[in-house]
Amino acid sequence: MGKTFAEKVLAQKAGLKQTTAGQIVTVKPDRLLTHDNTSAIAATFRKIGVARVADPSMNVIVLDHVTPAADETYATSHQATRAFVAEQGISAFYDIGEGICHQVLPEKGHAWPGAVIVGSDSHTPTAGAFGAFAAGIGRTEAAAVMATGEIWLRVPESLRVQLREMLPSRVSAKDVSLYLIGLLRADGADYCSVEFAGEAISAMSVGERMTLTNMSAEMGAKNAVVEPDEKTFAWLAGRVSQPFTPVFADADAAYTRIIELDASTLAPQVACPHTVDNVAPVTEVAGKRVDQVVIGTCTNGRLEDLRVAAEILRGKHIAQGVRLLVLPASRENLQAALAEGVITDLIAAGATLLNPGCGPCLGAHQGCMAPGETTLSTSNRNFKGRMGSKDATIYLGSPATAAATALTGVITDPREV
Amino acid sequence: MKTKITGRVWKYGDDVNTDVIFPGKYTYSISDPKEMALHALEDLDPGFVAAVRPGDIIVAGKNWGCGSSREQAVVCLKEAGVGAIVARSFARIYFRNAINQALPIVTCDAVDGAENGDEITIDFAAGTVTTPCGTFTFPPLPAEVLEIIEDGGLIPHVRKQLGK
Repeated sequence: MGKTFAEKVLAQKAGLKQTTAGQIVTVKPDRLLTHDNTSAIAATFRKIGVARVADPSMNVIVLDHVTPAADETYATSHQATRAFVAEQGISAFYDIGEGICHQVLPEKGHAWPGAVIVGSDSHTPTAGAFGAFAAGIGRTEAAAVMATGEIWLRVPESLRVQLREMLPSRVSAKDVSLYLIGLLRADGADYCSVEFAGEAISAMSVGERMTLTNMSAEMGAKNAVVEPDEKTFAWLAGRVSQPFTPVFADADAAYTRIIELDASTLAPQVACPHTVDNVAPVTEVAGKRVDQVVIGTCTNGRLEDLRVAAEILRGKHIAQGVRLLVLPASRENLQAALAEGVITDLIAAGATLLNPGCGPCLGAHQGCMAPGETTLSTSNRNFKGRMGSKDATIYLGSPATAAATALTGVITDPREV
Repeated sequence: MKTKITGRVWKYGDDVNTDVIFPGKYTYSISDPKEMALHALEDLDPGFVAAVRPGDIIVAGKNWGCGSSREQAVVCLKEAGVGAIVARSFARIYFRNAINQALPIVTCDAVDGAENGDEITIDFAAGTVTTPCGTFTFPPLPAEVLEIIEDGGLIPHVRKQLGK
């Protein structure tokens, strides 16, 4: 019997000939990703009683969650992170404005095929779009990794998603993710490694693949992976300096489940309040009035997402009474979108541009909702209270659905604008 | 870790996410565990904080703690006095966070036999949860994991490993 991606990559890292799902292994991760929670992690790290982090080159730190600091408390937390970075000699530190950690990590060359990455954020699996094994952990665990350079991991069972044929126009990776989460539910991939493959995946840009791996967290996945190909290697060229060997699942690997989908039959999908697995085709929720539309975040804040939105909004104006917030996932994406005129088009259409970062996604600043308000967002979570008031509601959709909705002021099928 | 604990039940459903256990808007502004406890389950059960008593046990459906990796969703409950969480299943990061904070967690279907306010007993050695409607069994945690809880959480465990 062959081996899955997770079984192979974890065997390699643990120095074992092979591993099997269920086994517990100890590995030295290639990278440890932390963000605004670094100051809290540093405080826990100090309780362990070691003076220096095990390997400063393992640490990647990105300030992204509440940036620029919204008040003195956040400012003090950022200050503590900067002091920790200087004290420990950590070179991979990216201060406010660089972007969201899941976007900045690969952009700055910290994700590559076959790498093992752990991060103190649940959307760490995003880096699996580059053929890495990437999983989220908690703060205390991140402090322990800083101190010891190691972590124990249970080799996950694997689930394979085979997406054949091509996606129709205005149906995107986000719609694939939402459809899958609706099918599998919020715990459908709990503890599992999810492997994405098939024609529709090969046809996707690297950025769209990141949407898939990012959203896998919403079905409970430990990690998700897209097999690297020429597109991946081209994207990584000039970013990753070290040599790497891609890891591919064996053709006869054992999966707990194989899901085959025909991409050509998919319609735009929307996640309705208050859980990500409460999914319906956009046609079923069309007409619902919204107060705010958010286009951005680590799920859908890349150039390809902003382009789709601009294509729908170019030369037009958003509906009266709707607030459109646009936040690119990184400085690199912002600059590319500026150079193409995409940002100019969006602003002319009535968008409010926010700096690269997490923005309103976690409800701490920049676009929180009042009681009774409704937002349609391209982000990854619509939990009660997530974006401000617990009496507000959040719908999730693709950048195309978001742009179409901003245009009309009600949830709108992007194939109809 | 005590081998047996008895406590009063707070019962919840499926897919309770970390945003309703501990709202995201506090995650980077509150660092004191005692203050975290004041916001426990704020958006799910606003009456919880005022009424919870030390040793109470949360009993829930599937996928408890899904969503964000925020460890405060464990710390706020532990600090509020919760003695253990019994759920049909746990989201994986929450599961690890609970172990790392030495908050006992039990994976079994006790939610089928317990109601709010019932008294239930968890016997860790026997692997049983006794409710008014019957006894539910659970498999023991792997030895590596149990050791972390017995050491009082990951930080004391790592300190011991490093000889600190």
